[in-house]
Amino acid sequence: MTEKEYDKIPGTIVFDADKSREGYHLNQFCISLRLQENRDAFNQNEEAYLDAYPMSKEQREAVLTREWNLLLELGGNIYYTSKLAANDGINFQNLAGRMTGMGVDSYREMMLKGGRSIEGNRDKSEWGED
Amino acid sequence: MAKIIAGVGCSHVPAIGVAMDTGITNEEYWKPVFEGFKKSREWMKKQNPDVIFLVYNDHCTAFDARCIPTFALGCGAEFQPADEGWGPRPVPAVKNHQKMASHIAQSLVLNEFDITIMNEMEVDHGLTVPLSVMFGDIKQNDEWPSLVIPLCVNVVQYPAPTGNRCYNLGKAIRRAIESYEEDLNVIIFGTGGMSHQLQYKRAGLINSDWDKRFLDLMTEDPVGASQITHLEYLRETGSEGIEMVMWLIMRGALNENVTEVHRHYHVPASNTAVGHIILENNA
Repeated sequence: MTEKEYDKIPGTIVFDADKSREGYHLNQFCISLRLQENRDAFNQNEEAYLDAYPMSKEQREAVLTREWNLLLELGGNIYYTSKLAANDGINFQNLAGRMTGMGVDSYREMMLKGGRSIEGNRDKSEWGED
Repeated sequence: MAKIIAGVGCSHVPAIGVAMDTGITNEEYWKPVFEGFKKSREWMKKQNPDVIFLVYNDHCTAFDARCIPTFALGCGAEFQPADEGWGPRPVPAVKNHQKMASHIAQSLVLNEFDITIMNEMEVDHGLTVPLSVMFGDIKQNDEWPSLVIPLCVNVVQYPAPTGNRCYNLGKAIRRAIESYEEDLNVIIFGTGGMSHQLQYKRAGLINSDWDKRFLDLMTEDPVGASQITHLEYLRETGSEGIEMVMWLIMRGALNENVTEVHRHYHVPASNTAVGHIILENNA
């Protein structure tokens, strides 16, 4: 696949048309949780509820195990996956705490101190990635 | 004739709405966020606009992945606050100036901006939070002080429209509004931003220097701001910072020369840098 100009940004998944295609059923599942009646049905029987969404086996597994980063890698978008998190009682900031691997408290502390600096966070090479 | 008197740039962080709805704006964490809108609320009272043209993005509420219009103009009579998963915000329904909205829809398409027309649409925090911060607490069974014409921009699926396209759309919106025959005062809002990344391992990115330069450009060099590339937004301001292209629609609808009457910047509100600016059209 041709490299995209934004692929060099570290720790970032750009939700582009390719990701959107790949994640379509996953994202539609997540957004269905916006409504209480759907949340009730999902919480009663996750497996049965997921049967209505023809997502890949990997995506389905990532939903069941709440692998937040993997969900994004597999085409999920944060505005969608955050609905699954909200269903679990996890808000945006606490979800970020998990995705960054920092944990909720040190993430919150970082934000209070002005957030993650841009220095050292522009290019994958700065993260020791290619 | 209708006239655009000013533009407002403003973040629309959902947690700001929650803070207002749950009455915790005086807590240490939130105080500095809301301090910066005190002057704005007085200014809004004084301006008392007939219509607000509000540029925002929907967060997979009215538009999920089934349908992703780049620009969608609200033309229905009113818009209900949506349930985004934690119940609708306790704020009034948003009422449109329907005749002006239809005029704008027609004018934009004839000016080669092929927008989507929405006659039914729920609105999420992207639209209601800017109204709340600028007007203050308005009770659910009360009314917003102004009519609102919503313009919804896709910034969720990459690519968002370019800054240049947004800036030119702002100009077309101005031509549309100022060819509407009723004598009405209009304020245009550009919302979203500033730097923030909500997702993956780099979440929490904030770039205050960049944000402050962007605010400077809003006042002094809008054409320069319109040339900022998508790559720069993504890299320098985080994956969700690209929302700032919506400020350029607001800026395009103003004179090249404006007077900056107010500015506010604070980190953090949840994961986000809060930015706000008020620009008046010079007479």
